[in-house]
Amino acid sequence: MSAHILAAVSTVDALTFAVSALIVLAGAVGVVVSRHPVHAALMLVMTLFGVAVLFVEQRAEFLAAVQVIVYAGAIVVLFLFVIMFLGVDRRESVAAEPLRGQRPLALVLVVLGFAGLVVLGAEAHWSVGAHSVAGVARGQAGGNVAALGRAVFTTYLFPFEVTAALLVIAVVGAVVLARRPPRIAPPTEEVPFEGADVARPASGEPGGSERRADGEPGGGRADGEPAEPVRVGSPSDPRPGGETSVEVSR
Amino acid sequence: MSPAHLLTAALSVSAVRGGTLSLPHIDYLTILPELIFLGGALVMLLHSALIRRTMDAATSTSWALSAATAALVASLVQWYEVSAHGPKVAVAGAVAFDGFSVFVTILVSSATLVAILISHSWLEREGVRGPEMQALMLVSAMGAMLMGAANDLIMVFLGLEILSIALYVLAAFDHRRPASGEAALKYFILGAFSSAVFVYGIALVYGATGTTNLPQIADFLSRNLLLHNGLLLGGLALLLAGFCFKIAAVPFHMWTPDVYQGAPTPVTGFMSAIAKVGGFAALLRVFVSSFGLLRADWQPAIWVIAALTLLLGASVALVQRDVKRMLAYSSINHAGFVLLGLQAATSRGVSDSLYYLFAYAFMALGSFAVVSIVGAKGDGNHRLDAYRSLGRRHPWLAAAFTVFLLGQAGIPFTTGFLAKLAVVEAAVEAHSVWLAGIAMVSAVVAAFFYLGLVRLMWAAPAADAPVAGAPAGAMASVGAATASMQPAERVSAGALASPVGTAAGQVSGSAAGSPAGAGSTSGEEAGSTSEETEEPALSTPLGVGIAIALCAGVTVVFGVIPAPLLDFAHQATLLIR
Repeated sequence: MSAHILAAVSTVDALTFAVSALIVLAGAVGVVVSRHPVHAALMLVMTLFGVAVLFVEQRAEFLAAVQVIVYAGAIVVLFLFVIMFLGVDRRESVAAEPLRGQRPLALVLVVLGFAGLVVLGAEAHWSVGAHSVAGVARGQAGGNVAALGRAVFTTYLFPFEVTAALLVIAVVGAVVLARRPPRIAPPTEEVPFEGADVARPASGEPGGSERRADGEPGGGRADGEPAEPVRVGSPSDPRPGGETSVEVSR
Repeated sequence: MSPAHLLTAALSVSAVRGGTLSLPHIDYLTILPELIFLGGALVMLLHSALIRRTMDAATSTSWALSAATAALVASLVQWYEVSAHGPKVAVAGAVAFDGFSVFVTILVSSATLVAILISHSWLEREGVRGPEMQALMLVSAMGAMLMGAANDLIMVFLGLEILSIALYVLAAFDHRRPASGEAALKYFILGAFSSAVFVYGIALVYGATGTTNLPQIADFLSRNLLLHNGLLLGGLALLLAGFCFKIAAVPFHMWTPDVYQGAPTPVTGFMSAIAKVGGFAALLRVFVSSFGLLRADWQPAIWVIAALTLLLGASVALVQRDVKRMLAYSSINHAGFVLLGLQAATSRGVSDSLYYLFAYAFMALGSFAVVSIVGAKGDGNHRLDAYRSLGRRHPWLAAAFTVFLLGQAGIPFTTGFLAKLAVVEAAVEAHSVWLAGIAMVSAVVAAFFYLGLVRLMWAAPAADAPVAGAPAGAMASVGAATASMQPAERVSAGALASPVGTAAGQVSGSAAGSPAGAGSTSGEEAGSTSEETEEPALSTPLGVGIAIALCAGVTVVFGVIPAPLLDFAHQATLLIR
């Protein structure tokens, strides 16, 4: 960091930065170390608030507001919904690795990513930004919030309106997916999903788990008696997604 | 009008003076088809919310058909307007109004019209009520239109998302088959990932050029020589990856067979036509008009992707035993052909790609309309055996399917032949002779499975063959072309193991025999048919019949009299080249 940048930073700025950076880091560490998922989510809120303060510090008021409204307000609340929905008291065993080799791989990737950041910072000349947009926002009356508001109603009017259509459709789609007509029973017969080698979880319903592995439909139900599905992998097997039920009828 | 002049016209509306906001002028004609589709979908949903009962298929189809017809008329008016007054940039530079965008709009609205007819028959047959399927189709098609008309990377992204989100839901529409939900989940996860990649690409391109507006990007690149364009090339690569996912080009094709197989058949047909048209429209516009100056950088990448897509699509389709999976790989193969036009990077190539998309969309819709009928109630009867001697039982259906398959194989007197010829010519003109050779090889390989299926329909032995021998024999005839006997062995083993015989009638009979309301009657029907013919009696309802006739008409009439459609495609030029 060169000297003239440091000189431009006032004491208040430096102090704000230090405090909010501390909050951000403390929150981030809290997310990782807290044993309770609700606590982790609340720690995430703390981190996001700290980042919002950093945005204000950088004169990015709009981003700060969006950070609080969207991330801290909507997304973390969604996390909490999911946590509450799954059961607050459920403890995940952190020691078990869901994917083998995940942690060393994650470490390697983090090191690589960080190295990439450092290289990018050092070799900044290859990223040739055309003309800075920050200056445009700063020069206008009302700061970047007003500038963004103007852009939304002039240059980006049509994208803005189209976004509304996108949101409407997302709601309609969510309703279609969530609503199950009560008269439709679980499937009794299924032409198998040939060639799909991805393990699929058993549906858990008594009629929904029959699925033949040999790629040929029918058969088991042809004589009218429901064949007993033989489960490969016991139900208590904790592997996620690895539970496949196979019906043997020969 | 020069591009620079258009730019200043687009920018002047965003000038803000002294706190007053000068709102942009909105030329509603330029976005009329999109508005009609969105309005139609909203009216359908509102109507169904206001009536006491769940809306039946006839009502929702009438709404959707009216919307699609109105949009088609509006897009024809747009074509007249473009021909008379020339292209322009509209709605504050967000929308390009040129021959290209109007061609895409006409294609999308007519393809949607056909898809709605197919979906009507599916809704009636499966007893699904409610306007949601067709409303989502309308909105999804609106997304494809927006991608064709987008003049800004943000508009491309919004069009892509509207198209995709509606398609994710449509893929999961069949609640009774878990495969449908699984297809939607795969499509959603991979699609969301590719959207993220795409947005990252937009961000990098914005970082490098300072704008997301497509003509402004072209303008920036023509006025500035970038000494270090790593950021821009990175952004281009990410944009290309996002597009290639949407058009199902290798190596971003993994989702295609599973999603095509799992989704309800009318949705598969809609998806195969509309998603490809939308994806290719935006891909062509972004790469040819905005990044045309960088073509030396992206042409080799397209070369490799096109070659891989052509070869893998054709060769893997050979060994498929499910007709929907086979058509999925065939659609991958077609994507490779459309990429030939992009690789040429000439205005001729763009027109030929558009022509190919037009031909492909109707052949794909027609094929999936036939598949939807043969799939019978339950939409599960999609093995290749089901098509064995279809020509004897349903000659008209088999004849129509033969037309679509021959068209896709590129037999003369169909649009498919002319389309293949056009893109190969464009590739040769652009000195990509090797790629043109690969395309022709892949067309020959692809002809094997198209003609194999035609042969299965017409030339296979009679249906009263022994039960266990029937599927094995049918597979052997395909296996002769594929030289892969493993599927035949597996099928015959399964047939021998089952006590009664695993005819397709049994499948649909027990699928329909779920504890639903219609369980008893359809169970009896299926039982009786399974005794007599093994195959379910197929009925061709009016809606899907009209759809098949329309598609076959387009394929044959424009194949025999190609001049009007070729002229049409060659007039559909980009605003900026």
